[in-house]
Amino acid sequence: MTVQVTEGYTTADGRQIGGVMMEMKNITLRFGGVAAITNISFDIREGEIRAIIGPNGAGKSSMLNVISGFYVPQEGEVWFRGAKRPPMKPYQVATQGIARTFQNIALFEGMSVLDNIMTGRLTQMKSSLLSQAVWWGRAQAEETAHREKVEKIIDFLEIQHIRKTPVGRLPYGLKKRVELARALAAEPKLLLLDEPMAGMNVEEKEDMSRFILDVNDEFGTTIALIEHDMGVVMDLSDRVVVMDYGKKIGDGTPDEVRNNQAVIDAYLGVSHDE
Amino acid sequence: MTVSEAPSGPASIPALLARNVANHGDKPAYREKEFGIWQTWTWAQAADEINAMAMGFLALGLAPGDHVAIIGRNRPQLYWSMVAAQMCGAIPVPLYQDAVSEEMAYVLDHCGSRFVVCGDQEQVDKILEIEGKVPHIEQVIYVDKRGMRKYDHSRMNAMADVVAEGRAGHHRFEAELAKRTAALDYNSTCVMLYTSGTTGKPKGVVLSNRNIIETSKNSSEFDHLRPGEEVLAYLPMAWVGDFIFSIGQAMWTGFCVNCPESPTTMMTDLREIGPTYYFAPPRVFEGQLTNVMIRMEDAGRFKKWLFDKYMAVARRVGPDILDGKPVSGADRFSYWLGNILVYGPLKNTLGFSRVRVGYTAGEAIGPEIFSFYRSLGINLKQLYGQTEASVFITQQPDGQVRADTVGVPSPGVEVKIADNGEVFYRSPGTFESYYKNPESTASTKDAEGWVATGDAGFFEEGTGHLRIIDRAKDVGKMADGSLFAPKYVENKLKFYPAILEAVVFGASRDFCTAFINIDLTAVGNWAERNNIAYSSYQELSQHPRVLEMIRGHVAEVNQSVAADPMLAGCQIHRFLILHKELDADDGEMTRTRKVRRKVIEEKFADLIAALYGGKSEIYTETEVTYEDGRKGAIKATLTLADAAVAPAQRMAAE
Repeated sequence: MTVQVTEGYTTADGRQIGGVMMEMKNITLRFGGVAAITNISFDIREGEIRAIIGPNGAGKSSMLNVISGFYVPQEGEVWFRGAKRPPMKPYQVATQGIARTFQNIALFEGMSVLDNIMTGRLTQMKSSLLSQAVWWGRAQAEETAHREKVEKIIDFLEIQHIRKTPVGRLPYGLKKRVELARALAAEPKLLLLDEPMAGMNVEEKEDMSRFILDVNDEFGTTIALIEHDMGVVMDLSDRVVVMDYGKKIGDGTPDEVRNNQAVIDAYLGVSHDE
Repeated sequence: MTVSEAPSGPASIPALLARNVANHGDKPAYREKEFGIWQTWTWAQAADEINAMAMGFLALGLAPGDHVAIIGRNRPQLYWSMVAAQMCGAIPVPLYQDAVSEEMAYVLDHCGSRFVVCGDQEQVDKILEIEGKVPHIEQVIYVDKRGMRKYDHSRMNAMADVVAEGRAGHHRFEAELAKRTAALDYNSTCVMLYTSGTTGKPKGVVLSNRNIIETSKNSSEFDHLRPGEEVLAYLPMAWVGDFIFSIGQAMWTGFCVNCPESPTTMMTDLREIGPTYYFAPPRVFEGQLTNVMIRMEDAGRFKKWLFDKYMAVARRVGPDILDGKPVSGADRFSYWLGNILVYGPLKNTLGFSRVRVGYTAGEAIGPEIFSFYRSLGINLKQLYGQTEASVFITQQPDGQVRADTVGVPSPGVEVKIADNGEVFYRSPGTFESYYKNPESTASTKDAEGWVATGDAGFFEEGTGHLRIIDRAKDVGKMADGSLFAPKYVENKLKFYPAILEAVVFGASRDFCTAFINIDLTAVGNWAERNNIAYSSYQELSQHPRVLEMIRGHVAEVNQSVAADPMLAGCQIHRFLILHKELDADDGEMTRTRKVRRKVIEEKFADLIAALYGGKSEIYTETEVTYEDGRKGAIKATLTLADAAVAPAQRMAAE
C-alpha cells in the first residue's frame, strides 16, 4: 500500500525491478449474482516476483484467470505493457507473452515429457499444418530450432532423465516441473503459476522454489504466483497482494503484509460478535 | 621390465596425449551428452582444448608443483583440466564431489592447493563456505556457468573464459608451457588421490607417471584393450579406478571416454553408448539385477515363464560357453534360442550388448549376482586392488573366472602372504609416498618396496588364485577363542536383495550380533506386492513382516556359516534392523561406501548393549546430517530379534 513508485525499485537482495508491466484497474468479476472479485486494482512490474495470496475462496484463481484472459471481467480494465487490453481469447493472450501453469496439472498424459514441452513452442511455430504433417522443408528446420530451445529448458530444470518418459508415469512433483517447463518453452514475458507447490513435500518445495528464483534470475521472467504455503510466499516474492472474499485487503512487501492487521485477521479469524 | 629405467615411450600423460594426436588425431577421444545430443571431441580437438586450458592456467599464475583440486561429476572439461594441470607442472588432486564442505576443507588444507576447479555452482558454494579455513585458495574456476552470474568474480573465472584467455595469449605462454611439459619425466608426480579412509583422516597417495603408465600398459595388454574401446566414465573422479580407466588406460590405448548427461541419466546413457569395457562396483550390478527382478515380477505370465525357462538354461550352460568349455549341441541350441528371446534383449536394456571386458571390485560380489551376468554371456571378472597399487594387485584372466576368488597377480605384480595371513605386494604401480606423512609411508611400504594391504587372504592350492577373507585388523577372536571374521558373514547377508548393508559385532564376545539395513527398493516393492502399508523408511524397517523375512535370511546365513568349521562361531544369535540407512554424510561409511566399524560401534553403543543385554525393544535417538550439512535427529523404537542358530561342529574350532 505504501510504495507508489513509477520508476521501479531495488529489492532487498539487490535486483533492479522495472516499471509497470501489467496493471489491473478496478476489476470486478461476477458469476451470476456471486461477485468473485470486487473492485481490485494492483500492478505487476517488470522482473518482479509477485504473489497473490488469500484464504480459500478468496478469488485468487479467478484473478489469475482474468490475467490469462480466460475470464473477462464485467468491470475494470487490464493494461499490459502500456496498452489497454481488449477482451481476448486465452490463445491470443498467450501470443502476447503470457504463459501459465495450472493448479490441477493439465498435461498430455500419454505424451512424452519432450513432446509435452514442445507443445509450449506452438505459439512460436510458423510453418503450416500441412508442412508439419509431411515433415518437409521449413517445418524440419523449424522443429530443430525449437528442439534446441526445449533442450535448454530440460537442462535448466534438470529433467534430462525423464525426457522420453510418458507424463502419465511420472510422480506428482515431476509433473509440476514438466508443466513449468512447458510454460517456459513459450518464452513468456509474464509467467503465471497457480499453486506451484500444492501437494509437494518439503524437498520438492525447496527444489521448485529454487527453480522459480532461477527462472526469474536467468531469463528475467516476471512471475505472478498464487500459493498457500506462507513460508514459500514470504521467501520468494518481492511484493504480495492479499485477497479475502474477493476484495483486496493488503498489498506490499512481505514484511508489510505480515504486519497488516486486516491480513492477520483474515488468516487467523476474528470473533464476529463484537 | 625393470622398474628403475626410463621408458623408451612417452613418459607422461601429456606425452601420451601428443602421441595419440599423432597416431589417430581424428578418432573420437571424449564424448559428452549435452542438450540431448552426444557431443564428440577427437584427440586433436581435445588436445587443442587442453593446450588452451593449460595456457589459461599459466595466465592465472599456476606454478610448478602446485596442487590443483578438481571437484565435480565426470565431464570432459574436468578430465582435461587434470591433464592441463600436469602440462603446467602442477599436480591434479581430484576430490569426491559429494563430500560435505568440512571433509573438503581437510583435504584442501592438507594439499595446500591454490587453484580449485569446480564442476558447477554447488561445488563453488562449498568452496566459498570453507574459504575462511583454507586461506591459500587463490583461484576458483568453474565449468557450468549456471547460477554463477552474481558471484564475486575477483578471484573466480569461468572455464570457458580461462580457455579463451589461454588461446588469445598463446604467443606469450607457448614457450613457457612447452618448457614445463618437457620437464615431466617418469618420476614426476602424475596425480595425488586421497584414500577414503576407513580409519582416521584421508591420506594423500602420491602416484608418479611411472606408476600410472606402467600399470595402464600392463593391464591394457592383459585384457587386450584396443583403441576402439568405449568406456562410460561415471564413477567418482577422485577414485583411483576412474583415474586409471578414464585417464591412464584411455591415454595409453587411446580409447574413447564417454561422460553421461547427468548422474540420473546414467542408465539411459549406458544403453546409448554400449560400452565395450565396463567397470562397476558390486553395488551397481546388484542394483541392476534387483531392478530386472522387480520388473519381471510385474511382467505378464507368459513373459515371466519365458524368462524363468531360459534363465535356467543360461545358469546351467552360460558360464561354460563363456569359458569355452565343451557343451552339448542341444544345450548350445537352447542357449542360442535364449539369446534371441531373452538374453540379447535383456543385455540391450542393461546396456551390456557390447561389453567385451567387465570388471567388478571394491567389495565381494554375491555368487548369484556374479553368475547371473556371466550366464548372460557378459565377460564379468573380478579384480583386487587399492589406491596405493594404482588399482591392480590381482585380476582374473579370461576363462578362469570364479565368484569366490580375486584372480592371479596382475602382470608385473609380486604378491606374498605374511605369517599372520596379511597380503603383501610389490609392483611398478606401487605408490611413491603418502603426502606429508612419512610415518604412514614407512609403516605401509618397507625398504624393499613391499606394501601391506591390510587384508587377510590366502592362495588357493591348485589354481594359484588369491582369496581374500577379511580386513586383517577386523579378523579377531571371540570370547571362546574361535575365529571372528565379520565381513565374511556380512557379505553373505548382503547377497540377499532385501539387505542393503549389514554390520556384525562379536569380537571378544560370547556370541555374534548384527545390525541390518534393508534395501528400500527391494523391500518397498515386496511390501507393495504384499499389501503392506508404510509411510516411511523407518516404519517399513520395523514392520513385523519385514522382521520375519530378515529373520529367515539370517537363519539361512547361519546355516551356511555353520558348514565351515573354522567360522562356525560367527553365527548371528541376535539382530536388529536399523531405522536409518548407514550414510557417508553421517560418517558411518566412507565415500566409497565401506562401513566404518569404529564409528558405528560408538554411535550405536546403546543398541549394541541392548542386543547383548537380552532386551526385546529399545528406544533410541540418532543424529543425522542432511545433504546440505544441517543436522537433525530421528527417534525410533527398535525391535531386537533372536535368530535361529544352526548346531555347529564346534569341536573343530579348538
